[in-house]
Amino acid sequence: MNAIEAHNLYKSFGPVTAVDDVSLSVKKGEIFGFLGQNGAGKTTTIRMLTGVLIPDSGTVRICDMDILKQPLEAKMNMGVIPENGTVYADLTAEQNILWTAKCYHMDRATREKKAQEILIRLELDGRKDDLVRTFSKGMRQRISIACAIVHSPPVLFLDEPTTGLDVISRRLVIDTVRHMNREGSTVLITTHNIEEASTLCSAISIIHKGKIIATDSPEKLKKRFDTTSFIEISFEQKVQGRMLMAGSISHAEPLGDKWRIYTDDADRAVKDLARIAEQNNLKIVSVATSTPTLEQAFIEMTEGA
Amino acid sequence: MDLRMFIWSVLMVTEKNMRIYYYKGSVVIFGLLFPFIMFLTFFIGRNLDLILFFPGFLGMMLFFSASSTGPLITPWEKREKTYERLVSLPVVIESIILGDILSGAVFGFVITTLVWIAGSSILHLPLANPAVLIAALLLGSLAFAALGTLLSSPATNTPSNIMMLSNLVRLPLIFVSGIFIPLNQLGTWAWTNMLSPLTYLVDLFHTAINGDGVYSPVLDSTVLIIVIFIFVVAAKTIQQHNLLSGR
Repeated sequence: MNAIEAHNLYKSFGPVTAVDDVSLSVKKGEIFGFLGQNGAGKTTTIRMLTGVLIPDSGTVRICDMDILKQPLEAKMNMGVIPENGTVYADLTAEQNILWTAKCYHMDRATREKKAQEILIRLELDGRKDDLVRTFSKGMRQRISIACAIVHSPPVLFLDEPTTGLDVISRRLVIDTVRHMNREGSTVLITTHNIEEASTLCSAISIIHKGKIIATDSPEKLKKRFDTTSFIEISFEQKVQGRMLMAGSISHAEPLGDKWRIYTDDADRAVKDLARIAEQNNLKIVSVATSTPTLEQAFIEMTEGA
Repeated sequence: MDLRMFIWSVLMVTEKNMRIYYYKGSVVIFGLLFPFIMFLTFFIGRNLDLILFFPGFLGMMLFFSASSTGPLITPWEKREKTYERLVSLPVVIESIILGDILSGAVFGFVITTLVWIAGSSILHLPLANPAVLIAALLLGSLAFAALGTLLSSPATNTPSNIMMLSNLVRLPLIFVSGIFIPLNQLGTWAWTNMLSPLTYLVDLFHTAINGDGVYSPVLDSTVLIIVIFIFVVAAKTIQQHNLLSGR
């Protein structure tokens, strides 16, 4: 059973089609990234997945419960951090968490224990009795996350959770997402930060102009554009470019104190370079292969779409 | 939908509203101070019999207090961007509407009951029919809290726009409901009192306190129940539409 199942979601605002036939399946226990440029349809999709926005057509199931037909039951299984991640500014940090926990039918003892645990984890226990309106953006975001995870939801939705945060808050958010995933939560995260998605997610969908244009693991998405890679190598001795030419190497150019070798087959090229070094008695100081980043893959895909 | 879960969600929305919105400046001004000032403006220097005037004052008090929190909640939450979080919690649009109504109704009921207790202790007011008084307090608080929630339903994130709209609706109702101007002195405008739900509440208070209501309490109560139903359905229709259009 998939934790999140969406089929043929469609949403338009007047003449603008924001989401066009989006379907996605997120396996239980997965951290699923949803990437797209501004206005690509990420937030509209996540709002439909969480029952905040009613789709024009299509279905959403959370833990096998239809978000439109069984909204209360489906929402009991999820925690949501909306794009702007706001909580009630007129309540204290602890009141926000306790009230949210109560909404999820948690008994008093459990919710007080969980609130305390989460406040410590998110380094907010010292400010638990302060009104949220006195908090910085990063602290508000942490309270927002605390509210979303207090009931240990099977499914966690995060819409751009690290945008505009300082390094410490960003680290806490990412650590918390990883912790929740280890504890068994399925996570769907939208982000602009491709590197973040690359290191965090086991699967990624790229949405462009309301349509999903690719879904795969980050490594496989990168591999789609991995036709040409390069190797950077430096030797202790001075080396002539012609010495480095081999069947697998299409071109070699000097780059400071090293050589950049272009190849279609990095594995063979590295072996060829080792053989050349052996034959010519050259000592290799450093060698590194480089492939396209997820960012390059993302740009290629969205520009080509 | 599980009924127990639904009732819980209504109570959670109510609790949140009570904690946050009862202390907002506009609720205190329009829900508490405004009816007192209106009362003093029309009462002082007019040589009116306070006991005869009290049912109208009680009606006005309930009308303003019950309808003062509703207009604030949704626009405030949309401005503060907490509305989206609320909708993503285990609540449905009906829980939000009923929770908003219930919090307004509790505010109106408690304030008006306190005013009644204070008024009857000081003025030694008669009480012709206690059951009708309780019915008037319950139905009136629900009806005008529902009016407040309906007024907050148009898609906006600017609370002051809704407060302006709510006063535009509420103030004229005061003058056609027999509070300051007796119904028999409205002349050619007498028909307008039939259109105002406040007329029926004030009439219920007259029946309850002085026993001098114009209409039967059954008619007054039926009208208020119909009004509650209409306001709730209208609020749901508008808010459902907002949810569809993403506003």
